[in-house]
Amino acid sequence: MAASILNRIAGVGLYFGALIVAWGAVALAMGPEAYGVFTAAMGSIPGELVLLALTLGFFFHLGAGIRHLFWDAGVGFQPRTATLSAVIVIAFTIVATAAVWALAFATGGAR
Amino acid sequence: MSGPTSKTDDFRTSLSRARGLGAAHHGVGHWMTERVTSVALVPLGLWAVWAGLRIAPYGYEGAVDLLSNSFNAVAALLLLAISFQHMKIGVRVVIEDYVHTPFNKVSLLLLNSAVCWTAWAAASFSILMVALRGGGAL
Repeated sequence: MAASILNRIAGVGLYFGALIVAWGAVALAMGPEAYGVFTAAMGSIPGELVLLALTLGFFFHLGAGIRHLFWDAGVGFQPRTATLSAVIVIAFTIVATAAVWALAFATGGAR
Repeated sequence: MSGPTSKTDDFRTSLSRARGLGAAHHGVGHWMTERVTSVALVPLGLWAVWAGLRIAPYGYEGAVDLLSNSFNAVAALLLLAISFQHMKIGVRVVIEDYVHTPFNKVSLLLLNSAVCWTAWAAASFSILMVALRGGGAL
């Protein structure tokens, strides 16, 4: 139940994430100065918090989306299975997000 | 309306015109597109995370370099096209579920379409410019 509405919230969040990506692409085509403004915004503390939220939203939407595809195929509707898959999706979200940010810090992508 | 109809046909109701023609077979179109795009976005989304990690430490030159690779440029174009389609349908459903005032609903649906189409076109054009001509092309 809660996972379903969270999936919707994550999807709407990623909508704004895609607009940020579009801004990055346009800034890149405009040249180093515009792209510098973009990376400075993303590299600031609020920028990195937004990126962290987007990473969480991405992996949650990915996991919950796959869960919905199983549901569409008629699999996993039993209450126990549904609860278990929700827990798995949340655990996956946290682990995958931690892994991505560990990589970002290790490679110098985040400070 | 065109077609071989007599004048009296103009007075028929929409229902009577549609009756007997069968289903339009478009009823599940959006529903199915949302699922098909979601499957495509699994590998494309993971590519985006990889690409983000790859360009984050390097600034302008690194991002241009990534897109100068044809595989990455095509992946970026596919990601944009499919994700904006997925987003447009997804947010359309959210608007239809929560906004019931006709004016507000239609306005938001139009805004949603306009934002998705415009951002998709602008971002894709930018990716192409960088991929084909290098940075600073706009």
